[in-house]
Amino acid sequence: MTDALVADVLFGAFALGSVITGWRVFRTDSMMRAAFFLLASFAAVGGMLVILGAEFLGMVLILMMAGEMLVMAIVMVMFMMNPAGLNPMWMVHQHRVAVAAGVSSFLAIASLGFLVDFREDPNVQPEMATVELGIELLGDSMLVFQTAGVLLLATMIGAVAIASSRGRFGAAEEGSEEPALDPEDRAAS
Amino acid sequence: MITVEFVLIVAGALFGVGVYGALSQQSFVMLMMGLELMINGAILALVGFWAFSAGGNPQGQMLAIVFMTVMAVEMAIGFTLVTNVYRVRRADITEKLRRLRG
Repeated sequence: MTDALVADVLFGAFALGSVITGWRVFRTDSMMRAAFFLLASFAAVGGMLVILGAEFLGMVLILMMAGEMLVMAIVMVMFMMNPAGLNPMWMVHQHRVAVAAGVSSFLAIASLGFLVDFREDPNVQPEMATVELGIELLGDSMLVFQTAGVLLLATMIGAVAIASSRGRFGAAEEGSEEPALDPEDRAAS
Repeated sequence: MITVEFVLIVAGALFGVGVYGALSQQSFVMLMMGLELMINGAILALVGFWAFSAGGNPQGQMLAIVFMTVMAVEMAIGFTLVTNVYRVRRADITEKLRRLRG
């Protein structure tokens, strides 16, 4: 088998795997299993990115999602019922609307490939993609890269502030009731 | 033969499954999983365009990194809100929240 044929077969397998595991996320009784199905879907997409030539992005996606899904699994065990899937789980609402919206989205995006005549300009040097990305990150797109970093830092600070056990106006368990504007009302409360 | 059309079909399928999950699931965390799948499909479509229609312009990969940042922020803030809502309301599904305030 040639390398191109191997790449095609692998890409097809990853494509099928990503969609099936993505669908299984919402069709399993266990939330833990749902998290790992989602991880499998992301890993398959990471594999597809590598085959498309974006090796760095593919690997980063897999590494990032591995950590993220482990955090998600911990959140499942902490807060959600039925994390082990010992009982049947079917917690959905507006099911028909959701199915219609999902199918419509799929048809709209998939039909784009056939309705729009995209420019034929394939990447002729896929082996240089990571080098070029590195130069871009530390060159023309440095500001974008740094902004993403600052955004992540702001997210971390915001997440700690929001999840703190002490809210802005008192203990978080008691709800967050802001004080009245009128001093007399404030004294009464 | 991998083509941009095939990549768009797979990306559309992932996005469609994500839309279904985001609209149908009652659990906050399952709802976020739907959003994750939608961004997953968007990243795949983006890299498909980068590989087949943009001549490998590195700015396409840069945009994918921005997408990944958005995904990380969405998850972090989402989990934080789940923690806070559970602490205040003892709620873990969307049906238990009728009001945004108090």
